Amino acid sequence: MTAEATPSLVEATDGPAQAGPSVRGPRARTRTAYLRYVAGKLGGAAVSLLAVLVTSFFLFRLIPGDPVKYMTGGRQVSAEQLANYRKEFGLDLPMWEQFTDYCGKALTGDLGTSYQFRAPVIDKITEALPNTLLLTGTAFVLYTALGIFIGTRSAWRNGGLSDRVNTGLALTLYSIPSFWLGLLLIIVFSVGMGPIPGLFPTGGMESGGNEGFAYVMDVAHHLILPVVTLVAVEYGQTLLVTRSALLDEMGSDYLTTARAKGLRDDLVRRRHAVPNALLPTVTLIFINLGRTVAGVILVETVFSWPGLGGLFYQALSVPDLPLVQGLFFVFAAAVIVMNTLADLIYPLLDPRVGR
Amino acid sequence: MTTTESDGPMTTESTAASKGGPATARSPRALAWQRRRHSAARFWKQYRTHHAGVFGLAALGLCALIALTAPLTVGSDVQSVTDAPGDPMESPSTEFPLGTDQFGRNLLGLVVWGARVSLLVGLLAAVLSVAIGALIGITAGHFKGWYATVMMRITDWFLVMPTLVLAIALATVMSRSLGTIILAIGVTTWPTTARLVRAQTLAVESRPYIERAKALGGGHWHIMTRHVLPNVMPLVLAQTTLIISSAILAEATLAFLGLGDPTVVSWGGLLQDAREAGAVSAGKWWYLVPPGVAIAVVALAFTLCGRAVESVLNPKLGVAR
Repeated sequence: MTAEATPSLVEATDGPAQAGPSVRGPRARTRTAYLRYVAGKLGGAAVSLLAVLVTSFFLFRLIPGDPVKYMTGGRQVSAEQLANYRKEFGLDLPMWEQFTDYCGKALTGDLGTSYQFRAPVIDKITEALPNTLLLTGTAFVLYTALGIFIGTRSAWRNGGLSDRVNTGLALTLYSIPSFWLGLLLIIVFSVGMGPIPGLFPTGGMESGGNEGFAYVMDVAHHLILPVVTLVAVEYGQTLLVTRSALLDEMGSDYLTTARAKGLRDDLVRRRHAVPNALLPTVTLIFINLGRTVAGVILVETVFSWPGLGGLFYQALSVPDLPLVQGLFFVFAAAVIVMNTLADLIYPLLDPRVGR
Repeated sequence: MTTTESDGPMTTESTAASKGGPATARSPRALAWQRRRHSAARFWKQYRTHHAGVFGLAALGLCALIALTAPLTVGSDVQSVTDAPGDPMESPSTEFPLGTDQFGRNLLGLVVWGARVSLLVGLLAAVLSVAIGALIGITAGHFKGWYATVMMRITDWFLVMPTLVLAIALATVMSRSLGTIILAIGVTTWPTTARLVRAQTLAVESRPYIERAKALGGGHWHIMTRHVLPNVMPLVLAQTTLIISSAILAEATLAFLGLGDPTVVSWGGLLQDAREAGAVSAGKWWYLVPPGVAIAVVALAFTLCGRAVESVLNPKLGVAR
C-alpha cells in the first residue's frame, strides 16, 4: 500500500533549489519549473479521466444479454414496447454512434438516464453526493487524526508495550471486513443484545419529521455507527505509515543535534521530527480521501445510507447500466482528482522535491 | 530450514574447492543449490525472531490443515440444502456448536468447508496478480524505451482506479463463478507489484555483473530469468503474502455483494446468506460471528507473515512497520 503513496515526483527534480548567484534568478526558475510540473500533472490527470470515461463505456457493454431485458424486470413486454425502450435509451444506434454520443454528452455533464429510476444519472449522483461526503468527510477527519496521533506516539516509544498493542490492534482491525464489523455493530448497538438496549438506529440517515436543530441531531445520531465502522477499518493504515515515516526520521542527525542543545524530548518530537515525518503521510492522506469515497460502498450498503455507495449497490442488482457507468466514473474521478491534488501540493510542502 | 548437520561439512568443502583453483569437485549446479539452501536457512533464522510472523505462520498452517482435511472431517454433504440435519437458525448447542443456518445446515461444518474456497481464491488470485505484476515489472525494467513507457502508463492508470469498484465492475460483467472472482481480483491488484518489481529490476540491472553477462553474450531471456528474477524473487514472495490477505478480504466482499459463485460455500457468501435470512434484525449474532472471525484471522495471519518476510528482507523497515 505504501508504494501507492509515493507519486512520481522524481522526474521533476531537475531544477536546483538553492543554486544560482542572482537573487531573482532561482525563484523565477523555480516557479517556471513548478508551473511546468503542474501542467504535466494536470495533463496526466486529464488523460486518465478520458481513459476512465472510455473504459466505463466499453466495460459495461460486455455484460451478456440484452440491456432492455433488465429494464422491464422480467415483465411480459411486446416487441413494440421493447423497440420503444431501445429508442428511448439510444440502444438502437450502432455501437460507435452510441460511443460518440456518450462521450459528447459526458463532456457536458450528461451521463445518460437511469433505467430503474427513469431520471438523469447526474441528478441521482448529485442527490447522493452530499450524503456520501458527510459520511466519508467525518470519518476521514477522525481516522486521519487518530492515525497520526497514535502513529507518532507509537513510533516515539518504538518497541514498548503501548506500541505493540497499538500496532497489533491496528493490524487486526485492518484485517476485518468493514461490512462484517458494521453488521456486528448493528446487532449489538441497534438491535440490542442481552442487557444492551438498541441505542442507535439500524440504518438510514434520518427518522423523518424533524426540523432545525432536532434534524441535525437526528442525522448525527444516524451517523455514529457508520462513522465508527469506517474509522475502525481505516485508521490502521494511516497509523502504520505515520509510524514508519517517523521511525525513518528518528535516526536523523538533526534530532541528535536538537537533543544535544538541550531541547526537551517532547519538543524534539513536536517541533522537529513530526513535521518532517508527516510529509510522506500527506500524500497518503489525499489518496485515502479519494479511496474512502470509493470504498464506502459496503458501509453504505450495510447501514442503508443514501449515498453514492448505496446507489451503486442498488444499480448493480438490476443492473442499471447508465447508473453503474456514471458511478464508476465518479468513483475513479474522485481518486484521480485526489491523487493529482497530492502531487501538486507535495512539492509546495517539501522544497527538496519538485523544484 | 535444512538441518545444520548436513550443511556444515559441505561449506568447508566448497570453500576449499573454490580456494584451490577451479571447482572440479562440485558442479556449478550443486554449488548454486547449496548457496540457496544456506540463504534459506539464514532467512528462517531471522524470520524466527519475528514473533508475530511465527504466530501468523502457525495460524496459517492450522487453517491450511483444516481446509485440506475438510473432506474427511465434515464431508462435502455439509453443503447439501435438501437433507440438512437441523432446524433452521438453531442457536449453538452441543449437537451444532455454532448453530445452524437458515436451511438447518451445520454452521461449524460450513465454516470449515468455506475455508477451502476462501483460501483457494485468495491464493490463486494473489498468484495471478503477482505474476502479472512481476512480468510487467521485470520487462518494463529490462526493456527501456517506448515499451517501458507504455507499460508504466498502463500501470499508473490501473493504480489510480479504485480497486474494489473495478473488481466489482468486472465481476458484474462476467458470469458468476470462482474463476471470475479470481480474475477480477488478480487483474485489479497487480500494479503495486509491478512498480516495486520494476524499481528492483532497475537497481539489479545497474550492477556490473549484468554488464559482464551481456558482454559474455547473455540475451534478454537469460538476463531476465537468470539474473533479475532470482533477485526480485524475495520481494515477490513478500508481496504475494501481503496480497493474499487483501485478496481474501476482496473475495469476501464480492461474495457479500452477491457477486460470488452461488453454488459454493465461502465465508463471504455465508455472511450474505446470514444478512438475507434476517440474522441481523433478529439479533442472531452467533450466525455472523464465525465466518467474519475466520476471514479476519486468515487475513491477519497472511499480513503478519508478509510483514515479517518484508522486514527480514529489508531490515531498515523496522520490526513492525
